[in-house]
Formats: sequence, structure tokens, C-alpha cells
Amino acid sequence: MSKFKKNNKGGTPPISTASLPDIVFMLLFFFMVTTVMRETEMLVENQLPQATEVKKLERKSLVSYIYVGAPRGNNRKTKYGTKSKIQLNDAYAKVADIQSFIIAERESRAEEEIPLLTTSIKADIDVKMGIVSDIKQELRKAQAYKINYSTRKEQD
Amino acid sequence: MARSKRSTPEINAGSMADIAFLLLIFFLVTTTMDVDTGIARKLPVLDDTQEPEDMQGNARNIYEVYVNKRDKLLVEDLEIEIDDLREGAKSFINNRGVNPESSDSPDKAIISLINSRGTSYEMYISVQNELTAAYNELRNEESIKKYSVKYSELPKSKQKEIRKIYPMKISEAPPGEF
Repeated sequence: MSKFKKNNKGGTPPISTASLPDIVFMLLFFFMVTTVMRETEMLVENQLPQATEVKKLERKSLVSYIYVGAPRGNNRKTKYGTKSKIQLNDAYAKVADIQSFIIAERESRAEEEIPLLTTSIKADIDVKMGIVSDIKQELRKAQAYKINYSTRKEQD
Repeated sequence: MARSKRSTPEINAGSMADIAFLLLIFFLVTTTMDVDTGIARKLPVLDDTQEPEDMQGNARNIYEVYVNKRDKLLVEDLEIEIDDLREGAKSFINNRGVNPESSDSPDKAIISLINSRGTSYEMYISVQNELTAAYNELRNEESIKKYSVKYSELPKSKQKEIRKIYPMKISEAPPGEF
């Protein structure tokens, strides 16, 4: 008579599913953390042009976005007209507001990151170059020289 | 007394996995791992004093690209299609003094891009794209010739070396009305 009873009854023991919720939760947290909900509501039409020679925009936290396009939706079109408008954050803006926008963006960043700040111009394909040139001129005045013309990658 | 003896019933955790799965699927569906891509450019410093000297006396080293408000291209006084711009720019940059109309050497070549205020953004981007492509192709060819590897696969220091041979010089004048 042994003290340690062996209870091999044969057959494989069932796999415990007790840790399944933990695994799922782990995946869940991963996706929760990586999900970026769109933080700005688009007030302008924004169909980006296509290009092949594109570069990835790295360090998204260091990018400020300027949206340009015609007002989006019929309600806004009747209210604001169909001419291209600039959107900064959540509101329409004038060309003259860009400098203060850039300064505000700079102030929210750490000092050592300021030279790395990039401005991404997200302009609609129907926008005319006049307004884009005005934006570029304002960015030069604000000394934000690093820009990126946002495009879609061409599918071929 | 009887009260304290009553034990709380255990919550059934069997459905926990289902709830977690539901949330997981929601986040899986809403997650967009889109990477922002675009054409990177550096704007010139706002300084009016140094502009004229670059441009004078060496007309052969300047490749003039005009885009008008009807999105038509005028390159070196010839009307061309966007599909021909890449080849044209490449042969201009890589001329090395052969053709007296084109550049002396790749590092002296300057592309001057002038657009109208009425040019569409789409056209502007495709011109920028073609010019970038011209430089990228030249750099790639040089890289394959020298190291027999693609430019994008070279280490950073060697990429810099090749960028020095083919520096991208695109000058943009303030847009006009034409």
C-alpha cells in the first residue's frame, strides 16, 4: 500500500480552459491600446491624391495635420459655400490662423521634440494650388519647414 | 446566527470568455492600422536676400517646369505630357555635360517648378511624384552600379553618399497667374 495513490485511469486529461479568458483579455488589451479612434471630425472633403514615391510618416505624435478641401456634406456646402477651406483641429480656420496653430502645437510638445515636428498637409484632389501655396508661405513664416504632402499609395 | 453561515454563491465565470471575445471582436473591427504616407519636402527658409545669385548665369543647369491653371505642363519651353516628365528629368539630371542644353553635373542640376494658383493639387502632386521618382530611379541605378544593392537596402551612411551624388534640388517660385 503506497501513500501516493496513482490514479491513472488512462486516456488524456481534458485541457483546462480556465486560462482562456486571460488569453482573450490579453489580446483585448492589445487591441484597445493600439486602436486609434479618429480624434478630429472631418469638416472638409478629403480625397487624397495618389502617388508612388511615398515615405511613411513616422512618430505620429509629432505630426500636426492641416486639412484642406471643400466643406463636407450638403448642409455645410449651403452654409459655407463650395470653396476650399482649411480645417485645423475641429474647426474651420483662415490662412492667418496657421501660425498660431503651429505655435500651439509646439507648446504642447517637449522642447527637444520641436525640431522633429512635421506638418502633414492633407489636401483634397480638387483643391487649387493657390490656397496650398498660401499655407506653405505661412508655414515658412512659422518656421515649420518639415512638411509632408499626404497621399494614398497607388495600387497597380 | 444562521445568517453568517450562509455563504455567498459563487459567480459563474463561464461567460467571461464570451464577453471578452465580444469586446475583442469589436476592437478588432474598429482598429485601423493605417500608416500615413506622403511625399516629404522641406520648405526653404524665408530669406529674400540669397535668392537671385543661385539662378543667374547658368541657365543650362536649370530645368524649368511650368504647370498652368489648366494642368498643362511646359518643360524647357516644350509642352509635354506628365508621363514623359520622369524620363525628361532623368536625362537632364544625368547629362554630365554631354548635351549643351542640359545640366553640367547632377549636383549642379536644379529643377525649377513653377505652378499657377489655379493648378489643381492633384496635378501638383503628380508632378512632384514624377520628379521624386526621377531622383529615386537615378539613385537606385547608382546604388546598383556601385554596391549592387538597391538604394533602399543600403545602410544609412551609404545612402547619404549617394544622395550627395544626386542631391534633390527642387526650387519652387511663388505661384503666378497663368
